[in-house]
Amino acid sequence: MAKITLDNLAHSYLPNPKSEDDFALKELNHDWDDGAAYALLGASGCGKSTLLNIISGLLHPSQGRILFDGQDVTHAPTAQRNIAQVFQFPVVYDTMSVYDNLAFPLRNRGCDETYVAQRVQEIARMIGMEDTLRKKARGLTADAKQKISLGRGMVRKDVNALLFDEPLTVIDPHMKWELRTQLKKLHHDFGHTMIYVTHDQTEALTFADKVVVMYDGRVVQIGTPEQLFEQPEHTFVGYFIGSPGMNVLPAEVEGTMAKVGSQTIPLAGGYRPASGKVEIGVRPEFARLSQSEGLPVTIRRIEDVGRHKIIRAQFEGHDINIIAGEDDPVSADMNRVSFDPAHVNVYVNDWRIAPDRSQSVGEAA
Amino acid sequence: MDKTVNQKAWFLVLPVLILVAFSAVIPLMTVVNYSVQDTFGNNEFFWTGLEWFEEMLNDDRMWGALGRQLMFSGIILLIQIPLGVFVALNMPKKGFWASFCLVFMSLPLLIPWNVVGTIWQVFGRVDIGLLGHTLAALGIDYNYTNDPFDAWVTIIVMDVWHWTSLVALLAYAGLQSIPDAYYQAAKIDQASRWKVFRFIELPKMMGVLMIAILLRFMDSFMIYTEPFVVTGGGPGSTTTLLSIDLVKMALGQFDLGPAAAFSLMYFLVILLISWVFYTVMINLDKREG
Repeated sequence: MAKITLDNLAHSYLPNPKSEDDFALKELNHDWDDGAAYALLGASGCGKSTLLNIISGLLHPSQGRILFDGQDVTHAPTAQRNIAQVFQFPVVYDTMSVYDNLAFPLRNRGCDETYVAQRVQEIARMIGMEDTLRKKARGLTADAKQKISLGRGMVRKDVNALLFDEPLTVIDPHMKWELRTQLKKLHHDFGHTMIYVTHDQTEALTFADKVVVMYDGRVVQIGTPEQLFEQPEHTFVGYFIGSPGMNVLPAEVEGTMAKVGSQTIPLAGGYRPASGKVEIGVRPEFARLSQSEGLPVTIRRIEDVGRHKIIRAQFEGHDINIIAGEDDPVSADMNRVSFDPAHVNVYVNDWRIAPDRSQSVGEAA
Repeated sequence: MDKTVNQKAWFLVLPVLILVAFSAVIPLMTVVNYSVQDTFGNNEFFWTGLEWFEEMLNDDRMWGALGRQLMFSGIILLIQIPLGVFVALNMPKKGFWASFCLVFMSLPLLIPWNVVGTIWQVFGRVDIGLLGHTLAALGIDYNYTNDPFDAWVTIIVMDVWHWTSLVALLAYAGLQSIPDAYYQAAKIDQASRWKVFRFIELPKMMGVLMIAILLRFMDSFMIYTEPFVVTGGGPGSTTTLLSIDLVKMALGQFDLGPAAAFSLMYFLVILLISWVFYTVMINLDKREG
């Protein structure tokens, strides 16, 4: 196990990157704590696989350093980094038995057979494949193959980190839950540092202690699932996480009030006037529909998704979503909306700004 | 589930039946016809039964040709398959040079058999051929027209030159279908180059390699034009392969009966061996699935 430090790291696939736009991965400083489970979350093409490949050594960064426990491994080849990686499509050695698959990394490193046998048994027990050790890997199901590639990573005792590159893509839905739970348990029991790349927010939020959200080659927020929900640092985090995502409305902010069109929305703290693109963001969960309280709104349609209702509405010419509990009545005369001031965030040029004076919004949550 | 019976459906099969009948069955039947009769011209035929077959089975000449044929096919497979795989492994994976190699390597495949034979016939000549003359100048005693060993070397090298590309192209296609993740996983597992080949590349190439072996076997087993143009089956009959012998018998000596029996047995041998290949391939596929 090791702490992984990214120091001024950036990568461009072009030989001579000129502007910041040329970088697939923009400059980044971050410590991945030893033994923590991280999820790298972002849309396709946001640079998360680039980052993962830099950590595993399949790609060398165009700038910056990467350290394992303080030791510079920026230019070390993959084999020397002692990391394990589980890929999107299961990689198993078809012609070998499950046992030989699991033993492969150890045998390649010249371990003696009694040690290999002992480790393979341990790992087989961990991933629940003791009964299939003698089988050929070829005929197994996708989830079993994915377990083998996971096992192949964990069989080495000195493995620094386990990396996952969208490992559940080809797994049947009903097996996804099981594998994810098993992964979480393995992390809990053995404490490997795990980095899990995905574009599925449910996967990220249920798996990780900390979620790293990436957007356009940049890490926009690192936080617990709760922080991402309550206090998105960037509008992208707001609408990428959550179903539906955060409502983002262009506004003018003055003191403790935000003006959206002709309406005024109270805020929990005071803000200095800001220049640039000013927006307020409020999650549908913190908007409430009522008959008398709040600001006028036009309801377009209501979707009942079982646990709750999603109300698609228009507010001052902007589409907004409101979530009402399953048992909350929604009637035709409910045409007013109010926002919980403590959960209204203010964004300038897509980045959240903290209130200027006194009671900050975040700490209250 | 009940199946609908409609005898009119046979009409749908009819075009294929007619096509196959005229392209394969009827011509083959004329050969069968010759193989059980004898003729002295004037379109007079005498029933001989299985006499020609018996004669051919006891004929040293045919067994000699079959032996040479098996040796020829065996040697070219042993050279072309590993060499083709080796070439494929060393070809660039992408970019301009990948396309260049593909086009460059397909060139020998586009040359007609006859021309290939002529090229090598001239190339190997001691008096004017580049190869033959150079070897002679180096003091190597090389002459494919009167040394059986030299003749064999020449036709084998010629076949390797002509057809290794095919094996390489097929193997290359197999290699290209391996996702990058396999190589990355192998790096992480610290697999040696040999193990990457043995446990990743070879298993993934198995399917196309079986096709390559089948194609090369069938083709080489039926080879006629190239060795005929170069050596004419000589010196003596040392490079007389099955097809060459068959043509000599049928057209040279006009022994239609024995030649017909010969070609039927030839056909059955190819069919048998191809069937064995096919069965092995299907089983490999099943194991994979």
